[in-house]
Amino acid sequence: MLTIAHLKRGQRAIIKSFEVENVPLKLLEMGCLPGNEVMVVQQAPFRDPLYLNINGSHLAIRKETAALIEIELL
Amino acid sequence: MARQINVALIGNPNTGKTSVFNRLTGLNQQVGNYPGITVEKKQGICKLDRGLKAHIIDLPGTYSLNASSLDENVVIELLLNKNDKDFPDVAIVVADVENLKRNLLLFTQIKDLGIPTILAINMADRMKRKAISIDIKALEERLETKVVLVSSRKNEGFDSLKELVVNHTSLSTKPCVNASIIAPEYFERLRKAFPNQELYKLWLVITQDVNFGKLERGEVQGIATFQTKSKSNLKRLQQKETIARYQFINGVLKETLTIDTANAKDFRSRLDRVLTHKVWGYAIFFGILLLIFQAIFDWSSYPMDFIDASFAALSEWVKNTLPPGDFTNLLAEGIISGLGGIVIFIPQIAFLFLFIAILEESGYMSRVVFLMDRIMRRFGLSGKSVVPLVSGTACAIPAIMATRNIESWKERLITILVTPFTTCSARLPVYLIIIALVIPEERVLGIFSMQGLTLMFLYLLGFAAAIFSAWLLNKVLNIRSKTFFVVEMPNYKVPMFKNVAITVIEKTKSFVLGAGKIILAISIILWVLASYGPGDFNDASKIVTQDTASVNLSEEELETKIASFKLEHSYIGIMGKAIEPAVQPLGYDWKIGIAIVSSFAAREVFVGTLATIYSVGSEEEETIKNRMAAEVNPVLGTPRFNFASGVSLLLFYAFAMQCMSTLAVVKRETNSWKWPMWQLVVMSAIAYVVALGAYQFLK
Repeated sequence: MLTIAHLKRGQRAIIKSFEVENVPLKLLEMGCLPGNEVMVVQQAPFRDPLYLNINGSHLAIRKETAALIEIELL
Repeated sequence: MARQINVALIGNPNTGKTSVFNRLTGLNQQVGNYPGITVEKKQGICKLDRGLKAHIIDLPGTYSLNASSLDENVVIELLLNKNDKDFPDVAIVVADVENLKRNLLLFTQIKDLGIPTILAINMADRMKRKAISIDIKALEERLETKVVLVSSRKNEGFDSLKELVVNHTSLSTKPCVNASIIAPEYFERLRKAFPNQELYKLWLVITQDVNFGKLERGEVQGIATFQTKSKSNLKRLQQKETIARYQFINGVLKETLTIDTANAKDFRSRLDRVLTHKVWGYAIFFGILLLIFQAIFDWSSYPMDFIDASFAALSEWVKNTLPPGDFTNLLAEGIISGLGGIVIFIPQIAFLFLFIAILEESGYMSRVVFLMDRIMRRFGLSGKSVVPLVSGTACAIPAIMATRNIESWKERLITILVTPFTTCSARLPVYLIIIALVIPEERVLGIFSMQGLTLMFLYLLGFAAAIFSAWLLNKVLNIRSKTFFVVEMPNYKVPMFKNVAITVIEKTKSFVLGAGKIILAISIILWVLASYGPGDFNDASKIVTQDTASVNLSEEELETKIASFKLEHSYIGIMGKAIEPAVQPLGYDWKIGIAIVSSFAAREVFVGTLATIYSVGSEEEETIKNRMAAEVNPVLGTPRFNFASGVSLLLFYAFAMQCMSTLAVVKRETNSWKWPMWQLVVMSAIAYVVALGAYQFLK
């Protein structure tokens, strides 16, 4: 399964799906929803956390959360 | 009397909501706490036209009405409770022009509650540069409310905003999104059971009860039976709701908002490339830390010396001017020196908050959180623990309050528990005087002063103790809490002077009033305990005069002798003698014992207590130092403060939990006495064992 954790810096993708239970509601509210576009803006050492642009919102999440969100490359 | 209406300012974090608040109220604002909790409550008054006054509440920033922290919960509590005296007649939702889509999510939720809601789009001054254009008229039509562009930086749009507030009764309260479409059957059942209630409000009550615990709202009885089958079911519905809202918002913005994306690649990404860089990012962060330390320890020493001298002079003046007696002594020795003990920390606290406010306002703090998260996580902390740990070098009290935005309870608790290990400014006077006494004034390699290196070592020791105990706690504490971590990375902004100044003033004020009360109370108690005593105490001058009759003492020497005899037989002296056996193995006598015990109120009391005990008239460091250097261990005949006992004392102060105010704040923040008591016992035990080991080894 390809997830946000696999994305390289600058790569764009579309969010496909995820288990709602595992992802914090706050992340959904910030625009992390199926169909929205996601891009990795920066990554900290060891690629964790990841600094993302999701649907125009800039936010950072940990790799473990990123690995739960399935994507489709653009 | 002018008619007053309630206005609530609501918005996402980083939308400049507080600058809008500052623009509307000026300095006409008040910061307090919500009853029972330590969430800051900011309110102010704004004069409007037609004799109307607006009572404005700046509610904590939140991304939605689904609370995940105490701060966010305050917003929902207020908006769901029509009987609250602060319930808004009109809400102003503040949005950031660059994040309109996400900001509108909260707007639709507020509007759906049936509250007249104005949308204030802030930072309008950025529109031109970012090539953003908004069709305000169309937006007003689609959202069925009034929309206004404001710029707090340029002070534009506020007259129109006030005008809209005056005319709030003409605003439509029609909902934007029909929430019941996410589960029609369920909502239909709800409607039948509670025909008089608004559906969306009921839904919020249910989700809130499940996610955040019971709210105190007697009005909707029996709603518990309407809770969904499981938490995950509920969350699925919430996701559906969020999607429905975004669909509405996307539809609205498609017609009303245009952004020329070619222009969007900019400053932000260039700055991010440097500030979050694998090497430069860290180098810059440590550079900034150095600058902060420099300010706190070097620059603030000038105003601190001035404050110290002024209070000493004031105390002297009171003593010489007022008629002698108990009251004058209490005023001069207890109250004034107690107040001085508080005021002296103002420069450091103000500098620290100045830096923190600038780093927060500029958007840089989120980058630090991003950079440090991975490293801190190894020790059971979060990237968000960096701010409290750094702030802890000034004072643990605001530092512990700054842990609130850590989402995971376990990470937050560990941060709270270990923060008092960092070397706070109250330890500094103790360190300085002991180092001056026992560390030789030599240089290593001809450049670094031994004393300076020792001080640096103590700071590093504090951080190391914090990090190590965090690691240990992470292994030991069996708390299951969802560790999720979502940090918004806001746009970079030049900090607004007015916002920074207000933050510095407010935080400093709350430190002085909050911690100050305790320090003042302790210094009065100490003064009383040291100034009164049973039996021999009251005959001090007679006894001492008799004892020293054979020796020819000057009047001054006699006074000194009497004072120190009095202290020995005062209540505090008796207490000191009682604990002497416990502190002797550490290399201390009863006098140091008293200084340590009184330091449990606040560490900085140490020097002052020793000054009183050694009956040195002034608190000037040089004289106390000389007096301390001359103090002899009567058994061994060696100086009392030698290398072994000095190091033992330094280590004791490095580890011991000696601060009542911190304990009180930990109690408030963890809502239980268990954790502060745990801190007090464990940290002090570590301090005792380490100091004991050091003394016995070096002796």
